[in-house]
Amino acid sequence: MLEIKNLHATIGDKEILKGINLNVKAGEVHAIMGPNGSGKSTLATVIAGKEEYEVTKGTITLNNEDLEDLAPEERAHKGIFLSFQYPIEIPGVSVTNFIKTAINETRKASGQEDLPAKDMLKKIREKAELLEIDRKFLSRSLNEGFSGGETKRNEIFQMAMLEPKLAILDETDSGLDIDALKVVANGVNKLKSKDNAVILITHYQRLLDYIVPDFVHVLHNGKIVKSGGKELAHELEAKGYDWLK
Amino acid sequence: MNLKEKLITSFLAFENKVSTDTETTVHDTRSKAFSHFEKNGFPTRKDEEWKYTPLKSVLKHDYTLFPTTNTAIEFATVKEYFIHEIDSYKIVFIDGVYSSYLSETTHDGCDICLMSSSLKKPKYKMVIDHYFDKITSKNDSVTSLNTAFSNEGAYIHIPKNTVLPKPIQIIHFSTGSEAQLMLQPRSLVIVGENSHVQIVERHQSLTNNVVFTNSVTEIFAAKRAIVDYYKIQNDKKTASLIDSTYVQQKQQSIVSVNTFSFGGNFTRNNLEFHQEGEHIDSILNGITIIGDKQLVDNHTLVNHNYPNCESHELYKGIYADKSTGVFNGKVIVKQAAQKTNAYQQNNNIIIDDGATINTKPQLEIFADDVKCSHGCTIGQLDEDALFYLRSRGIPKKEAEALLLYAFANDALEKIKIPELKTRITKLIANKLGVELGFEL
Repeated sequence: MLEIKNLHATIGDKEILKGINLNVKAGEVHAIMGPNGSGKSTLATVIAGKEEYEVTKGTITLNNEDLEDLAPEERAHKGIFLSFQYPIEIPGVSVTNFIKTAINETRKASGQEDLPAKDMLKKIREKAELLEIDRKFLSRSLNEGFSGGETKRNEIFQMAMLEPKLAILDETDSGLDIDALKVVANGVNKLKSKDNAVILITHYQRLLDYIVPDFVHVLHNGKIVKSGGKELAHELEAKGYDWLK
Repeated sequence: MNLKEKLITSFLAFENKVSTDTETTVHDTRSKAFSHFEKNGFPTRKDEEWKYTPLKSVLKHDYTLFPTTNTAIEFATVKEYFIHEIDSYKIVFIDGVYSSYLSETTHDGCDICLMSSSLKKPKYKMVIDHYFDKITSKNDSVTSLNTAFSNEGAYIHIPKNTVLPKPIQIIHFSTGSEAQLMLQPRSLVIVGENSHVQIVERHQSLTNNVVFTNSVTEIFAAKRAIVDYYKIQNDKKTASLIDSTYVQQKQQSIVSVNTFSFGGNFTRNNLEFHQEGEHIDSILNGITIIGDKQLVDNHTLVNHNYPNCESHELYKGIYADKSTGVFNGKVIVKQAAQKTNAYQQNNNIIIDDGATINTKPQLEIFADDVKCSHGCTIGQLDEDALFYLRSRGIPKKEAEALLLYAFANDALEKIKIPELKTRITKLIANKLGVELGFEL
């Protein structure tokens, strides 16, 4: 599904990604771990198409389509979703209205009509239930005054609504207490299928107890220095990152 | 003959035409104001208050001062300019002349009617003598000019203990019957103790003919009165407006003036609040969204004269193309005005390099136990925020509009008439060039 070959990316004069190779197939869950500043978040935003980063070498393809010239919204329309570590507050635009706009813009891009209000409501109700989100929450301004847990739950709610092919969850576990973490992980697990894929970006092994990855990759200094199965996460938890440098 | 000369030569004829015997004090007021204008003329950029706001291009036209043709308009053709979804009183003028056909006035329990008849009729004499031209600036030659030619506009007098069941709409249409038209509406709003009134005002030209409006409104709020005043400025690009609003508040009254400036070629808003009692709240809100070569200048003054009062001022501006914004917020806290809480905020977003904003907070504080805060920001749209929206599939243009809407939102939240809020939101979406794809 996602194929990254020898990816180099810079911001300003600084090279952050220095030759990433990664293959994610449908139905798989990949975890990308690594110390602060190793380039994890950069990799996530480059896949999602943030324009401040320049891809200087290498390619990213989604289902064999080169993403290079696609704007962030076009990548989203192709099925890429990025859950943000620090989502932006949008006063005056409710969670519901925002997700409606996102869904209908995505439909518009593929020539579909707006989703009928009735279907939209039904879908919102279903997904909200999955993430244990109450109705009052949905009418609040997007991310405005949200707690850490509410923020992340809302990100996964949007993922559930948009039903992406590839979901990249950037530090979704940070700022979550154990109960909120379980709800979020449970949501992600229920949304997983043989047709979609998930990339988890995380510092700690904790999240991986709840969302079990098929592969774990360790990113260091802009490169993947080690890949393995889920047991690699446990090894990292025990030994830290230093032995890999 | 330039505009000043033209105005000076037409003053006598105007006075002879409108003056009546009961009007001696009004006559004196006009004459005094006329002398002030005659002596000082229009302000130039040498005047500190007009440094960034050149009037030259507005004054260069050969304006008709007193249109002679009477143009009728069908309601259907101008319906869109009314908040027609709700029941309201209406005071409507066409080319400066009252239109009884489009209006809905009343004398039942309160007076919602015309300035011209109030100035003339003996039964209003006491009220006029007491209130008319009592709180305007006597140093502002543009206001003096309006006073000199004051005759027509809205007259609203709400007695005490009256909560008006519906808002009042004041609309000034210009039809383009004159190639270049100058209008000088003059309005008076008196709100009695414990009374509550909501007013929506707009100036609207129906063609692209040149129109220059010099409007003055005086608002008096008695003890515990609540006045919400909304100004919709979304006129054609050939329209220029100088809008001066003077507010006097007595104790425990709450007055808000909300100014939405999206249209017009040139707009200058002068807004003065004078607090004459304790526990007063003065609220000033503004949203400006302009492009092309439009100019909007918001000049505000809040005079804190008594202790324990508040003022809340929030102006948001979005400037595209080669537009110009000016904000000047003066707050004066007199020595007696202890425990004043004055808050002022002016936030601006510049969309294009050619746009300019000149912002100047001016705080003069003579009391020592006060809380005064002010802040002004000039920025661009946040790239991270834009990326967040786009990563959810919202195209760039819509994402920008959504962020600009969110930016203006806190000033929008203050609108207490839901239909008006919807209307303003639509105007904003329209101005930003997108369909904001959600229900409001």
